[in-house]
Amino acid sequence: MRNAFAAELTALASTDERIVLLSGDIGNRLFDEFKDRFGKRFLNCGVAEANMVSMASGMALCGLRPIAYTITPFITTRCLEQIRVDICYHNVPVIIVGVGSGLSYASLGATHHSCEDIGLLRMLPNMTVICPGDKWEVILALRAALQYERPVYIRLGKKGEPVVYEQAPDFVIGKGIVVRAGQGICLLSTGNMLPVVLQAADELSQKGVPAQVVSLHTVKPLDEELLAAVFSGFNVVASVEEHSLLGGLGGSIAEWLADQPPQKARLLRIGTADGFLRCSGGQKYARQQLGLTPEAIAEKTLKMYRAGI
Amino acid sequence: MNSESAPDIAGGVPSLTKLEAISRRIRGKVVEMSHKANGAHLGSGLSCVDILVAAYWGALAINPRDPKLPQRDRFILSKGHAAAALYATLAYRGFFKIELLDTYGKPGSYLEEHPGPGYAPGVEAATGSLGHGLSLGVGMAIAGRLQGQSYRVFILMSDGECNEGSVWEAAMFASGQGLDRMLAIIDYNKWQATGRSEEVMALKPLRQKWEAFGWSVYEVDGHNLGALVDLMRNVPDGSGKPIMLVAHTVKGKGISFMEDDNNWHYRIPDAEELKRAKIELGLL
Repeated sequence: MRNAFAAELTALASTDERIVLLSGDIGNRLFDEFKDRFGKRFLNCGVAEANMVSMASGMALCGLRPIAYTITPFITTRCLEQIRVDICYHNVPVIIVGVGSGLSYASLGATHHSCEDIGLLRMLPNMTVICPGDKWEVILALRAALQYERPVYIRLGKKGEPVVYEQAPDFVIGKGIVVRAGQGICLLSTGNMLPVVLQAADELSQKGVPAQVVSLHTVKPLDEELLAAVFSGFNVVASVEEHSLLGGLGGSIAEWLADQPPQKARLLRIGTADGFLRCSGGQKYARQQLGLTPEAIAEKTLKMYRAGI
Repeated sequence: MNSESAPDIAGGVPSLTKLEAISRRIRGKVVEMSHKANGAHLGSGLSCVDILVAAYWGALAINPRDPKLPQRDRFILSKGHAAAALYATLAYRGFFKIELLDTYGKPGSYLEEHPGPGYAPGVEAATGSLGHGLSLGVGMAIAGRLQGQSYRVFILMSDGECNEGSVWEAAMFASGQGLDRMLAIIDYNKWQATGRSEEVMALKPLRQKWEAFGWSVYEVDGHNLGALVDLMRNVPDGSGKPIMLVAHTVKGKGISFMEDDNNWHYRIPDAEELKRAKIELGLL
């Protein structure tokens, strides 16, 4: 995802002189081409995220389109108040980009995990939260965010994730993408879980339930039209995210559901537990520990599905 | 660009006598606003009135009839709790009607006790949470440089605000970038909300701290309008560095029974105190 982000940003910067890239002392090789071509518009802001975010607001107030980029926990939880006051309260078009979201950097320890960022940022007024599912969604999210005259948070994984789409899908902020049509079970994926969720759907299909897969890349604003359709058309709707069950995609759907009349489908939330991972291991290991594998997702959803019919 | 939309400060600065009269009027209005709105932070507002007057009448290239002029100098009140002083300054400078100040702090008014974003003409940034304004100003200064604009960015901070770590992040970044069209001012009244600023955290030596962070630093009497104007008109100063004015001030300045008494950080003047203040200022 991050390589696609860097390449697309470089392409977009050649036609939009307002674009300025602020990096929190990362992306050494990643942005070499951007730096070569648009040197003055690349600012290494050092290990000082609070200043970076507030500066981005100052630039946006003067007509620029700053994109502030660093590792997810450091550009979300570290400087949440700067995002709230300087970006959201001023309602300026700054794009916050977190890399290594969820458990992407699991092996680096819990300081580098981010399973709270969706919840924290979606709480902020004026903020839009986008969690792309593959490199195509990264590219399209970035393009759409630059056309959006408001604050946007883009939550990236790392590099080398599977590519889900053969070509660019239709992408609109706030509108989910039906990646695979199905019935009985609808899996709503956000962010880097999309390839895993598609594998879970394969498992379910083999077990006789041709599950639907939706990429709900925008967590805020929620695609309420799509939610209404899937909750009336399926038996089980499962949210899947590499994020805490508190406050993320599942949490926001649960909030939405609480305001609706009784629905046909039951909601199953799949995400990370309310706790810190306290042992070493990479993303694959962490997902196994937390039930975020295709097998575990298929098993949980199938259990609820069978209990309900 | 026609003359209506041009910054209107290029010509002369009002005489010192006139600047002092403006300061007195603004001080009287700020005390009155605190009384009428039951608004706190009066001592903090009074300590920076002369700095505001020097900037708005003596240095900033601005046009009150065209507050969004792209090439205008920017002024950020980072110590947002002095909002009443900023509002009064903007009103007397012509950004909006003086009568509007009567709505300060009243239900439905956009003149809140800390400045909101884009509400009042002339307010460049929403502040109130300390430690944000310097970074906002750095962003504006970089934007000006990238866009080939020659505007300058002024930021008024408090001494207590220097407790915030983000101030020092911005300080290092600004000097690292050689942002010499930035001028920050510390309203160094030696008090913060609940104690002497030197006792709460080791603030001294403030000038040397900023020098060590790569700034061109001047110490100045923050109530000496002539000295303030001279320094504020000398931006950039030829050093290639961002400029810091460590302005020594008195909290509650101008009202004898408020001066250097930190009770007036939160205390509200009653009708009798308002009257006494206005008499002292020569307004009654």
